[in-house]
Amino acid sequence: MAKLDSKIPKGRLADKWTLYKEYQKIVSPANKRKIDIIVVGTGLAGGAAAASLGELGFNVKVFCIQDSPRRAHSIAAQGGINAAKNYPNDGDTIYRLYYDTIKGGDYRGREANTYRLAEVSNNIIDQCVAQGVPFAREYSGYLDNRSFGGAQVSRTFYARGQTGQQLLLGAYGALSKEIKKGSVKLFTRREMLDLVIMKDGRARGIIVRNLFTGEIERHSAHAVLIASGGYGNVFFLSTNAMNSNGSAAWRAYKRGALFANPCYVQIHPTCIPVHGDYQSKLTLMSESLRNDGRIWVPKKKEDAQKIQRGEIKANDIPEEDRDYYLERRYPAFGNLVPRDVASRAAKERCDAGFGVGKTGLAVFLDFKDAIKRLGRDVIEARYGNLFQMYEKIVDENPYEVPMRIYPAIHYTMGGLWVDYELQSNIPGLFVAGEANFSDHGANRLGASALMQGLADGYFIIPFTMQNYLADQIAVGKITSDSEEFDQAEKEVRERIDKLMSINGTETVDSIHKRLGHIMWHYVGMARNKEGLEKAISEIQALRKEFWTNVRVPGKTDGINIELEKALRVADFLELGELMARDALHREESAGGHFREEYQTEEGEALRNDKDFMYVAAWEYTGDDKEPMLNKEKLVYEETEVKQRNYKTA
Amino acid sequence: MDLKLKIWRQSSRDAKGKFVDYEVHDISSDASFLEMMDLLNEELVEKGEEPVAFDHDCREGICGMCSLFINGRPHGPDTAITTCQLHMRKFRDGDTIVIEPWRAKPFPVIKDLIVDRSAFDELIQAGGYISASTGGVPDANAIPVNREKAELAMDAAACIGCGACVAACKNASAMLFVSAKVSQFALLPQGKIEAKDRVQKMVAKMDELGFGNCTNTYACEAECPKEISITNIARMNREFFKAKVS
Repeated sequence: MAKLDSKIPKGRLADKWTLYKEYQKIVSPANKRKIDIIVVGTGLAGGAAAASLGELGFNVKVFCIQDSPRRAHSIAAQGGINAAKNYPNDGDTIYRLYYDTIKGGDYRGREANTYRLAEVSNNIIDQCVAQGVPFAREYSGYLDNRSFGGAQVSRTFYARGQTGQQLLLGAYGALSKEIKKGSVKLFTRREMLDLVIMKDGRARGIIVRNLFTGEIERHSAHAVLIASGGYGNVFFLSTNAMNSNGSAAWRAYKRGALFANPCYVQIHPTCIPVHGDYQSKLTLMSESLRNDGRIWVPKKKEDAQKIQRGEIKANDIPEEDRDYYLERRYPAFGNLVPRDVASRAAKERCDAGFGVGKTGLAVFLDFKDAIKRLGRDVIEARYGNLFQMYEKIVDENPYEVPMRIYPAIHYTMGGLWVDYELQSNIPGLFVAGEANFSDHGANRLGASALMQGLADGYFIIPFTMQNYLADQIAVGKITSDSEEFDQAEKEVRERIDKLMSINGTETVDSIHKRLGHIMWHYVGMARNKEGLEKAISEIQALRKEFWTNVRVPGKTDGINIELEKALRVADFLELGELMARDALHREESAGGHFREEYQTEEGEALRNDKDFMYVAAWEYTGDDKEPMLNKEKLVYEETEVKQRNYKTA
Repeated sequence: MDLKLKIWRQSSRDAKGKFVDYEVHDISSDASFLEMMDLLNEELVEKGEEPVAFDHDCREGICGMCSLFINGRPHGPDTAITTCQLHMRKFRDGDTIVIEPWRAKPFPVIKDLIVDRSAFDELIQAGGYISASTGGVPDANAIPVNREKAELAMDAAACIGCGACVAACKNASAMLFVSAKVSQFALLPQGKIEAKDRVQKMVAKMDELGFGNCTNTYACEAECPKEISITNIARMNREFFKAKVS
């Protein structure tokens, strides 16, 4: 059984981070250059951390799977980034941002971590502006804010519909500056395939595959930071980039790091619906669309069926026959309810037979009233790029006919377990950004992922990692010339050889698609005991089939895309099972985890605080063995725990 | 729809490449171009052949990873999109489609349709940033920024670094890419401090890496998926001139 110590500092919630910083140990400037740090991933968390650690004087080695650090999937975030600046004078405070985040997460996040996130949010905006991030501005020249996804204040900073891109390019600029200076060494097209742990239990390196040459490389360091993003692609279809994967985190899990709350998956309500079997990914459209768009389905089932058959169009349905179901069910928040609530409500209507589009798995997002009220120009200025994107994909003009949308897998709140310092239970292994579990509880609010990535990277890791490294100067240079590295490399080579030798008949993608189907049907938006049990046995069977019948053509040296995919899917086939197990054990509904057995009469999520107010941190015990459950009890010292209510408050 | 494909295959950087003919059948007009490529690859793998290597990632037009030269145009026959946003409805049943990698000396072909664009990273490393270290910066609203200038900076900052401008240019010039970064920072008060140094270092790097010069054909602007304007090149030339004479 692993020992879980969350290391939350003493003191009042508002003082904890300050107190921590006062007492943490730091590394002297002369010693920093003798310390090596590995950073896996160059998104907001990894890129910002690598740049900041380089600035401090550490030797940083940073790794990404793409051809450039600028392509990490943080780049695709559209809507914005939250901060408690209160520039609009609408009553925002650090506590309010914290409280919205912890409540939005259905009280399944760690109080101290989430508070710290809100606390450093303002520094992030300052930093990004100094880097030249072109945020939207008022005519006065001051920064503009908008309200976003379930918040009642305007605290979201944005750069058109490309906020993630601009923030990432800011971090990429900072990283490029350090690469030029020589403090950071960049390794592109490298995929982490194992974590190396020494006999004393400390993480001291990684094994990577060079995706260009196929070479297996060893890299050693005093500490390792994993910032490799989320595991949404376990579902095959998601809004994640095609190459996003869970392998770095999963390999750490298999070396003893705990995996926390894997069942908490966010399903984003405003995505373009699935249109065919050949489809490779789902496209998200910023939920800022919900600020002006109204979501509806036909009131009459006959109308929905006629639309599905293509006999009538959305505009043929008179106003009185439209069901604006979010406004009906949640009068206080209407179309702006949090993502999990909006997604489930769409699924509920479609399952009940009121869905639209050819498949019946879509709802309308209608701008007719907003265009009437504000004029087409205003709507075009606000959402022009999103409307254009929609039209390119769907071939319909959303100014004239309502958009069709459906929820899609978007973000994973679960991830590697970390303490207050963002250190896993393995000493020397730190985890930042979407790859860790810590700040969003069971559901993440809009515009908070960018905030967390940069908070971890710029302002938390550079402090907390030093606290660990302060006494590591005595150990001297870490080399990759050791038994532990030999063993890890050998295991990686064996895994690759095994995959190449199966030579079966199924392609990697066909197995991945089948895994995605199982996950979506049984471990998706609504889950139940029977389905989850079925999912576990089906995933086990599929995994067996993969390891006996997959086909990976080509060679191990040079670029081999099928091998890259096979290694990732092999890990997804294990991770998917853990997600199902976690969902099965959590006999309550919380945030992105909805168990059909646990709902109110009105169909709302029903938490069970008495039995489940804890972090479920799973421990690997061996292949095909049941993982062990460790619990970190969540204590809310300064937070009133309520039932989430978006109907009246 | 049924299509004939002529695809550039090259096993490695030093190997000699050639066009290979393929056919795909029953492609939906709603499929994206890369989904059509996925289907081709799926068939190749089923036959035990090596799939066609091409770069792609986000598949929503923002990561800048996809880079195909389709029927003689970077990102294919539509405007203001990347290859991953191109849909098969832009083609007709029975069409022959020629698919090549970016062709430019600073972007060597690594395999099939994949090129090495690390030269772009080197250009940014030469000075494409504001040297603000983490911490110690003023409040975000301490320096107001003219809204119009901020908008122009955003127009330039929208560059996704895909390299279509270089691929489209007969001189393989990186002027649009470099000028977009130079412009973004030249327009903002935060970027002015290092403006002179930045433009000189980035231009020198561009020459060193073997990118050609600009001869005003505007092909880059026409093919840029983010519609980055060539006025940025004019702005960079002014910045360069200012830096040299003062």
